[in-house]
Amino acid sequence: MKNWSRAVRTPLGLTGFGLLALTLFTAVFAPLLWGHQATSFDTDNMLAGASAQHWFGTDNLGRDIFFRVLVATRLSIALAVSATAISVAVGIVLGSAPMLLGRWLGRPIIGLVNTVVAFPGLLLVLFFAVVFGVGAQGAVLAVGFAGAPVFARLCHTLMAGVAGRDFVAAARVSGVGSGRILIRHVLPNIAEPLMVNATIGAGGVLLSFAGLSFLGLGVQSPAYDWGRMMQDGLTGIYVHPLAALAPGAAVIIAGLAFNLSGEAVARSLGVQIDVPWRAAVTPRRRRAPAAGARTGPDTDTDLVLDVRDLRVAFPHGDAEISPVRGVTFQVHRGEAVGIVGESGSGKSLTALAVADLLEFPARVDAERLTFLGADLRDGTGHRHLLGTSLAVVFQDPMTSFNPAHRVGAQLAEAARAHQRATRAQAWQRAVDRLRAVRIPDPRRRARQYPFEFSGGMRQRAMIGMGLMGTPKLIVADEPTTALDVTVQRQVLDMLQEVRAADGVAVILISHDVSVIAEVCDRVLVMYAGRVVEDLPAGELADGARHPYTRALVAAVPDMRSDIDAPLATIPGQPVDPAHVPAGCAYAARCPLADDRCRAQDPPLRTAADRSRVACWHAGEPLPILSDLAALEVDA
Amino acid sequence: MSATPAAAAEPGRATAWWQNRWVRFAARRLLRLLVSLWVLVTAAFFMVHLVPGDPVRAALGPLAAADVVAARRHALGLDDRLLVQYWHFLRDLCTGQLGDSIGTQLPVGQIIGQRLPATAELALLAFAVAMAIAIPLGAAIAALTRHGRARRTELAFAGSSVVLGAVPDFVLGVLLVFVFAVQLHWLPVAGRDAPSSYVLPVLALAIGPAAILSRIVRVEMLAVLDTDYLRTARAKRLSGLRIHLVHALPNAVTATLTLSGLLLGSLVAGTVLVENVFAWPGLGSSIVGSITNKDFPLVQGTVLVYGIGVLLINTVVDVALAVLDPRSTIGVD
Ligand code: SF4
Repeated sequence: MKNWSRAVRTPLGLTGFGLLALTLFTAVFAPLLWGHQATSFDTDNMLAGASAQHWFGTDNLGRDIFFRVLVATRLSIALAVSATAISVAVGIVLGSAPMLLGRWLGRPIIGLVNTVVAFPGLLLVLFFAVVFGVGAQGAVLAVGFAGAPVFARLCHTLMAGVAGRDFVAAARVSGVGSGRILIRHVLPNIAEPLMVNATIGAGGVLLSFAGLSFLGLGVQSPAYDWGRMMQDGLTGIYVHPLAALAPGAAVIIAGLAFNLSGEAVARSLGVQIDVPWRAAVTPRRRRAPAAGARTGPDTDTDLVLDVRDLRVAFPHGDAEISPVRGVTFQVHRGEAVGIVGESGSGKSLTALAVADLLEFPARVDAERLTFLGADLRDGTGHRHLLGTSLAVVFQDPMTSFNPAHRVGAQLAEAARAHQRATRAQAWQRAVDRLRAVRIPDPRRRARQYPFEFSGGMRQRAMIGMGLMGTPKLIVADEPTTALDVTVQRQVLDMLQEVRAADGVAVILISHDVSVIAEVCDRVLVMYAGRVVEDLPAGELADGARHPYTRALVAAVPDMRSDIDAPLATIPGQPVDPAHVPAGCAYAARCPLADDRCRAQDPPLRTAADRSRVACWHAGEPLPILSDLAALEVDA
Repeated sequence: MSATPAAAAEPGRATAWWQNRWVRFAARRLLRLLVSLWVLVTAAFFMVHLVPGDPVRAALGPLAAADVVAARRHALGLDDRLLVQYWHFLRDLCTGQLGDSIGTQLPVGQIIGQRLPATAELALLAFAVAMAIAIPLGAAIAALTRHGRARRTELAFAGSSVVLGAVPDFVLGVLLVFVFAVQLHWLPVAGRDAPSSYVLPVLALAIGPAAILSRIVRVEMLAVLDTDYLRTARAKRLSGLRIHLVHALPNAVTATLTLSGLLLGSLVAGTVLVENVFAWPGLGSSIVGSITNKDFPLVQGTVLVYGIGVLLINTVVDVALAVLDPRSTIGVD
């Protein structure tokens, strides 16, 4: 019941329940209030149009159509509700058959129900209308029985869900009979979804009923419901359209009343749809470069990527959150830069922003964001440059290929889009690239669909896709995380090979320090949306100065030899981008943290050897466990 | 080590033909069709016997002489034992005989043969129009309103599609007649002759399903636009048109197809009402008369034709799904 009252407060529910209340009110009171006006004959005004006296005019006997529509509400609703009740009752009986009668009798009944459900409702209504005969009573039975299979199937599904639960099993073990279990334990638990569906169903039944009466198979004169009135009105539609349109409008309104109410409750029963901030991923207007910004000419010809003060923001409620808060780095020709950090550190968003793949509502700002000299902040215009020179390899090769197209075609289209290759040339190059990434029998493989490839092959094919152009930079976002341990090495080797052969720069995103140490020249360590340390990969093991980097390294038993080590774990929780603390973001987890750390955020300082670190106590010894143990021995 | 899944997907290699997934799928689907067909035929047979009282008496009316009723009962074979009648019914069906109409004395097969084309035409045209509206509309709305963009467009679409989806086809038919035939005189009120007479009945049938279907397409499209493979397509810097039409739409439509089969089925049923609005000379305008007149052979025949039509549609949709998306339909055994 809580859900129903919550549902009423949504706009959808307010409309639905408002209309429903209005309809029910009319159904109850209209015959009492206006029954007389609806049946009295105004012989001076037969088939009259709308007037002050008769708002919707009169029918062929001079009866007021407005009041007839209102009064007909009671019969229309009563018939629809009775028919729905029959549907639900018969549906419960049929749907609980497997439970009450056992599998051998129940199975065929459910099989029959499933067969019958495949036929459209109206056909079933006509079928039962033949059996039960013409007239209101026959029509109620016909519509009721025709609706039963749908409810039977629903009940069966719902009951199957409840039957497996503990309290039912407990009742069964303690020897309670099936009938009692059904009534005491199962039905109360499926009552709510059943009621929601019955409410929505009643809307449909109302329409079927109107249809049946409209065909002349339902309510018969002198009784009248909306469908009957429409049929009577249709013959005179030239003379007097309102006679057919007014009851039609009533049918629509009442149908909507049931539908919307049911839907509103159904929604509030369901899971709340709360779009997580990271679900959004494509490009968006950026801040125009500040006038006279010191962007300087690119003297450095080897510079592939130049990122300064990159920020990524998402709307979050009324405010904004910034999972990436000012990241600066450069990537040179042939260089492999690793970005390491826990999930939520902003490393993947940094990669996507650099690859120009963040979508609205993400907002990307940067003081400088240049790829091969082209300013990526101005959004459009770099399609072909990016399409040929920047390749991206995503985390999950199982989901990153389009299941509807052949692998070869997915490679070939890049060449078709950016290099004006003919279909045959593009295909040839695709086969060639698949061969280059060591896909066996590339000709045949190119014609296969992604699901026919193994995970490792797909990831290599993904790299091959990036090689369709002449890439200068490959952005690989956790390229091995979703792969089997045995295959990870192949993919990493493949990246190395491509890099060595063509001088392609690589940005490798990973949470795994050992992977980064394997492949990369330089490592950026990210924490809470910032770079906290930037150092040569070779110095990770003993040259790291930031406490966080050292914790990451320490969490890998032997990072040089063991690439398959379990994920690094560090005590404490990563920072929630919605609540970034003042001072150093790592302070809550840092063994060296002092008052200064908690008050002032340490800047990223560049040392003489061009490595960078952001820590007030960079390089100071950590009070790690072995030291403590040593102290104890001394004492 | 990397080639393992491919072996399983190679049809017919080192496996017997009956283990082929396509063969098994076809067999399973055929079996289901036959069972449904049997249920339908049996229901149509018993439909007449479930009518309380004597169907012949009911058909001929209380004033018919007793010997006439008896003679007709005998001629229809209603005096035989039920199982014998059932057997005869099945046998006649297999040879295509549906009996004679009680009202007109004409063979039911002939009456249906005359009226079926009009109904089939109406249903198929309406289906084509519904798909032609729903798929581009739903996809376009999804692309335009993604991530809470163009809020107003989204609200307008949601509101109008809910209302249009809730309007029953015959009410919509009456409304269309009023606006386009009575008020504007653009199109004929009823009948089936000039091409213009097709417009209103087809629209009356198509608009509701189009509204519902376009909402489904939108939801599917939104889901597809958020997939990893769409991000891959963007990473290839394909044109927006290509990303949406070639990469997103086919995947969104595959999922929509299941529902469109259901819709086509209910469109077939919807023709009954719409035909009565527009005096369309199809099966729907004759079945109502034959129900009221208790012309049981004709009712039986018409119900069978509708039912078989729906079963065939369901089967075609299943097969189409299997061809379009072989992995999820027949890949998992
Ligand atoms: S600044 Fe302080 S809290 Fe932050 S990492 Fe350095 S020592 Fe730890």
